[in-house]
Amino acid sequence: MTETAKGPRIRMETRNITVDYGNGRGVRNVTLSFEDRKVNALIGPSGCGKTTFLRALNRMHDLMRGVKVTGEALLDGEDIYAPGVDPVTVRRRIGMVFQKPTPFPTMSIFDNVVSGLKLVGIRDRAQLAQVAERSLRQAALWDEVADRLKSPASRLSGGQQQRLSIARALAVEPDVLLMDEPTSSLDPAATRRIEELVGSLKKDVTIIIVTHNMQQAARISDVTSFFLDGEVIESGPTDQMFTSPTDERTEQYVTGRFG
Amino acid sequence: MNLRRRYWRDRVMVGLIILASLVVLTPLLIVLWYVASQGISALNLDFFTKDLGSPTRAQFGQPTGLAQAIAGTFVIDMTALLLAVPVGIGAGMMLAEYKEHPLNPLLRVLNDTMNGMPAILKGLLIFTLVVRPSGTFSGFAGALALGIVMLPIIARATEGALTLVPWSIREAGLALGLPRWRVILAAVLPVARPGLVTGVLIAFARAAGEAAPLLLTSLGNNFLPRNPWNPLEYLTKAADTLPQRLYSLAVSPYKQWHAMGWAAGIILLLLVIVVFLVGRYLTRRNP
Amino acid sequence: MRTNTRPGGRIGDKVFLTALTIFGLSVVAIAVLMAYTLGRDSVEPIQRFGFFGFLTGIRWDPVSGNFGAWPFVLGTLITSVAALALSFLPALGLAILSAEYAPKWLATGIDYIVDLLAAIPSVVLGIWGILVLAPTLRDNVYRPIYSWALENAPGQVAWLGNPTGYGLVTATLILALMIVPYTTALARDAIRLVPGEQREAAWGLGATRWEVLRMAVLPYARGGIAAGAVLSFGRALGETMAVAMLIGNSSRLPLTLFGPASSMPSVIVNEFREAVDALHLSSLLAIGFYLFIISLVVNLGAAWIQRRLVPGNAGV
Repeated sequence: MTETAKGPRIRMETRNITVDYGNGRGVRNVTLSFEDRKVNALIGPSGCGKTTFLRALNRMHDLMRGVKVTGEALLDGEDIYAPGVDPVTVRRRIGMVFQKPTPFPTMSIFDNVVSGLKLVGIRDRAQLAQVAERSLRQAALWDEVADRLKSPASRLSGGQQQRLSIARALAVEPDVLLMDEPTSSLDPAATRRIEELVGSLKKDVTIIIVTHNMQQAARISDVTSFFLDGEVIESGPTDQMFTSPTDERTEQYVTGRFG
Repeated sequence: MNLRRRYWRDRVMVGLIILASLVVLTPLLIVLWYVASQGISALNLDFFTKDLGSPTRAQFGQPTGLAQAIAGTFVIDMTALLLAVPVGIGAGMMLAEYKEHPLNPLLRVLNDTMNGMPAILKGLLIFTLVVRPSGTFSGFAGALALGIVMLPIIARATEGALTLVPWSIREAGLALGLPRWRVILAAVLPVARPGLVTGVLIAFARAAGEAAPLLLTSLGNNFLPRNPWNPLEYLTKAADTLPQRLYSLAVSPYKQWHAMGWAAGIILLLLVIVVFLVGRYLTRRNP
Repeated sequence: MRTNTRPGGRIGDKVFLTALTIFGLSVVAIAVLMAYTLGRDSVEPIQRFGFFGFLTGIRWDPVSGNFGAWPFVLGTLITSVAALALSFLPALGLAILSAEYAPKWLATGIDYIVDLLAAIPSVVLGIWGILVLAPTLRDNVYRPIYSWALENAPGQVAWLGNPTGYGLVTATLILALMIVPYTTALARDAIRLVPGEQREAAWGLGATRWEVLRMAVLPYARGGIAAGAVLSFGRALGETMAVAMLIGNSSRLPLTLFGPASSMPSVIVNEFREAVDALHLSSLLAIGFYLFIISLVVNLGAAWIQRRLVPGNAGV
């Protein structure tokens, strides 16, 4: 555990992470640190590499051919890219929610939520039911589905499906939750519910969220990092980033002059 | 469940999947090998120029071959093609270009049904409709039966190929003031042509390998007709074809006939493989 | 659709549509004719023995004029069900290999080979079966087992049957090989169509490769996989030549493992030329009629399954 003498605890940090797609796009030398139980937003125009960077944090690039990741990503002080580190375990500790809600359509709501638990062999019904309720409450979905846990997940609305995906990710009790533009396919009402959710979730997990919506970043995050053309231009407390950024390009982006 | 067991299970599954695939692929290779090696010795000039005659010919080493089956296959399959292609392409066009027509849903269901029907039933149909009333087995009946085998395949492939043509092409034609029929024939059809040709080829290859419908319609003939160059001789009387003859040779007790059966297998396999490759080549040019 | 103003175009459209309609109607006519003529020519035996009586009659005796199709129905069902059971997992394995694990060049190769397998004429597999597979099985499998049973388990001999090499087992093996491509093709396409997000969701939960398949991919693709299996089954039911060449062709009930049997298509092909008597011939045609009905039901079932089980369509 990396800790300064009296300061905040760093849960996750990266040192010179570079993701090379072989065609020039990607990210270069990203060095950031993420405080425990804070909401960290990654913003920037489309194509700037924020999603690419996010996916490096749980080794999702391992699954793609021809992508090279270099640098270090430390979770509680240990590099997840070190040789001998098991990616499957990494992805349990660092969960992910995607842009499109992706419940498994052939499973019920309940089975969806506990699917991550079943992977590690937890079968005890009582335990599963307990975790399911806890995660669904955390995701602010319990009240709406408690009476129909066995019905197909595909019947839920888009916003509910996304909250289900969040519950599913939370069920395995990750240390960090990565969110890749989780509200961009949802309507404003559903978006607002998820934004409220993020606020309450940070009690339990460290959140790193990519968003193309600056106002969203301003609303819900504690720390914001600005990406441009594959590099981090600036990073700091959200208030400061939006009111008095240091770099000129940051200022131009947050005032809407490009993006 | 701990991680090592899960990874171990992962590897086991990959192994099983590869094993399962080999279980399928190995017999296939064995079959191809046997056909090639057993049949090659019987593929001589006589095979292509002499007809079969009675078993004694083969048993006593007299010249014998499958010329009548090769010729019969050619005549009957070509006739079937001539019958099936216009109707099949027409039906396919109907399905693809006139979706609003009331006939369409019925046509689609029945075409798909016919596609899934065993070929022997198509032979039974022609037997009942043509062979029985006319009192004779004939190559033409065989061609009709094979034509019915080809028909749904061509219709479906045609519909598929035409549907893939972007709507913008039709719009462009209509905007030029062309009538609908000309838009279809002059603008849409040329774009869909590779898909159409592939469909016809596939249908041809399927029908060329069928024996059951022919056993019930053209029946078979051990001899070349008096005038082997006249197609009508094959169409008006019982005629021989390679698939049906292969069957007869295989179930016969004569070793020499078995050898010719393998050789017929080589011809059929080559036919199928060539058509298959040509079809692939055509569709690869237009992804 | 814009109407055109040139009269020649309008007449041309009418003529064209008429031609196409005629072609379309031809297809319809052929299908309807098939149902009609098969039904019409089956009238005599069905009237004589009853619709279900003919189907379930256990004696097929041209000499005495008694015709019951049950031996052939049983033969068809046993070989088809067994062939499906045998071929399903290997076919699915091939599909998974091609769609998930293999690099592009290998996947293309596998697809070619599977298509090639589907294209091999039935008679070619049949001649290999008659001249190679059956004798090999007879000498290396059936006869040894039979001899062993003669000495050690004489009670089982009757059920094992005469090991000529031509019977249910041999026919089922060839049939299983022949129907693999239909399951593989549909399963492979269904697996390929599973959206990437589904897989990523499973990966993101910390699943291994096989677990991703089991949890996210295969359930999503189950409609196509099931449709492929049903299609394979339909093909097995109607497969004629290879089965006719390998099943031994006995018109008795197929109660033995190694002994000869028959299927519905095989008996038609085998007895067709000898059926001089009118009742015999119409009984064979009646078998064709029943085969038609069974085939129709199975094909419609496949279409229905694909509609019900594919996510996004009614109900999942």
